[in-house]
Amino acid sequence: METYSFLREFADSWMLLLLFLFFVGVILWAIRPGSNKTHRDTANIPFRNEDKPAASKEARK
Amino acid sequence: MLNYIKLIALGLITLFAMIAASYARDLAYQVHALIIMAVSAGLFLWTLRNTDEPVPAAVLETSYMDGVVRYGVVATAFWGVVGFLVGTFIAFQLAFPGLNFEWAQGYMNFGRLRPLHTSAVIFAFGGNALIATSFYVVQRTSAARLWGGNLGWFVFWGYNLFIVLAATGYLLGATQSKEYAEPEWYIDLWLTIVWVAYLAVFLGTIIKRKEPHIYVANWFFLSFIVTVAMLHIFNNLSIPVSIFGSKSVQVFAGVQDAMVQWWYGHNAVGFFLTAGFLGMMYYFVPKQAERPVFSYKLSIIHFWALIFLYIWAGPHHLHYTALPDWASTLGMVFSIVLWMPSWGGMINGLMTLSGAWDKLRTDPVIRMMVISLGFYGMSTFEGPMMSIRAVNSLSHYTDWTIGHVHSGALGWNGMITFGALYFLVPKLWNRQRLYSLSMVSWHFWLATIGIILYAASMWVTGIMEGLMWREVDANGFLVNSFADTVSAKFPMYVVRALGGVMYLTGALIMCYNLWMTVKRSPAKDAVASSAAVAAE
Repeated sequence: METYSFLREFADSWMLLLLFLFFVGVILWAIRPGSNKTHRDTANIPFRNEDKPAASKEARK
Repeated sequence: MLNYIKLIALGLITLFAMIAASYARDLAYQVHALIIMAVSAGLFLWTLRNTDEPVPAAVLETSYMDGVVRYGVVATAFWGVVGFLVGTFIAFQLAFPGLNFEWAQGYMNFGRLRPLHTSAVIFAFGGNALIATSFYVVQRTSAARLWGGNLGWFVFWGYNLFIVLAATGYLLGATQSKEYAEPEWYIDLWLTIVWVAYLAVFLGTIIKRKEPHIYVANWFFLSFIVTVAMLHIFNNLSIPVSIFGSKSVQVFAGVQDAMVQWWYGHNAVGFFLTAGFLGMMYYFVPKQAERPVFSYKLSIIHFWALIFLYIWAGPHHLHYTALPDWASTLGMVFSIVLWMPSWGGMINGLMTLSGAWDKLRTDPVIRMMVISLGFYGMSTFEGPMMSIRAVNSLSHYTDWTIGHVHSGALGWNGMITFGALYFLVPKLWNRQRLYSLSMVSWHFWLATIGIILYAASMWVTGIMEGLMWREVDANGFLVNSFADTVSAKFPMYVVRALGGVMYLTGALIMCYNLWMTVKRSPAKDAVASSAAVAAE
């Protein structure tokens, strides 16, 4: 099979399925149980460390 | 030691630029060689004077690198005014062709100024805004100083050198005639180097972050940087005719070239003007509203849906062309599906204000951000509709397209950038507040009414033009000549140009206000703020 036809067939079968499953996986990952706490913490990042970098990972809180 | 290598490199570049200037095959190339010669010779002297001087103490990791952001803010405001001014002028040129002055033929006629306008507003105004805000946001949300030391400065100056080369090139006729990708081969190569440095600075900062998670704004900025690199390289694959000339020949030909161009062109909209500016939105809207984003889950889904869909939408620019039908249908379908993430993002931004809607009355800066989201929603509704083949047969090649682009660019990109500048200037120059809030209100209303005049007149003239082109008489002959549509459009062209004048006036008021904020606004009480930090 010539390259064009092969890539074409691959793109609208397996690659499409792969990308779609990845996308569904992202949504499921975002709404996984127990993600609320992490997301609340992450959403508040802009309200920390406004004026200078954090000294260390522990000093963040 | 590093300085010696720099001196050798700069010396060689200066020498080569001198040779190139003397062998130059065209004026644009010659001027560019002289600009590069002057810049590298200046840098050579500057490096020489700093070589073997005592090295200043290593920069403390206890502060953010804001100098480059300050320069970026100034450059954004400056290029914004330049871009709007050129845009307003060419709008008047379309209404009054006499403004294509005889003495400036070949340099300042519409055909030369138009790419100058589009590149000035998209790449100079928008690009500097993106670089400045991404540097500001990535430091704050990573709780880390910018990675790479002076590499950040290289990105800023290198990018602005790219803009100067591109702009002078257009006026002198060096263009590869690809929309939004006009700069010729050596300018493209330079931008590639600068962009890789940009990616390194941004990614380096994210890698050394102190926060466990990467804030959503950084995801958007990162996708913008990576995708623009990919688009830029593929759409600019060309072979120079001579190393001493600006002319180059595209590697792709025919419909493949057209497809690559619009794959690039639409993703310049999707990743430069949308993903990058959404990164701004996800930081500055929550900051100005003083509450976290409405739904962080929605922002994650927004991100992945947007980048998965946008990359396929390009073919809708090539309906009814030599492009196969399946490809343009694919582009159309993905454009329509894009409705969902676009509106998801808009709702996420707007609902961030839930519980703080009263701020709309008192804070003109948040009003600016909200209207930018409104225009984002409006133009991402209009765009998919125009990508439908049947609608496109009416709208394509008409002024409707130009109106659509400007409601997105002036409304969404312009307004969110103004909002970000109003937020940033007091922070960066350590001021308590803006110089004048009523000036912000003036800016807001001038810009809003200007956009409405612009978009409304372009709807009218675009649809009128589309209908006139397809009008046939009883025998099947076309009724109107092209010149008939041109003369019918005159009143709308004047209204559009007036809208541009209002938008430009608003931007000038902003520049004055920001200047006075730095000069006159009371400084933040340094003692009080450091005491507050100590108390924590």
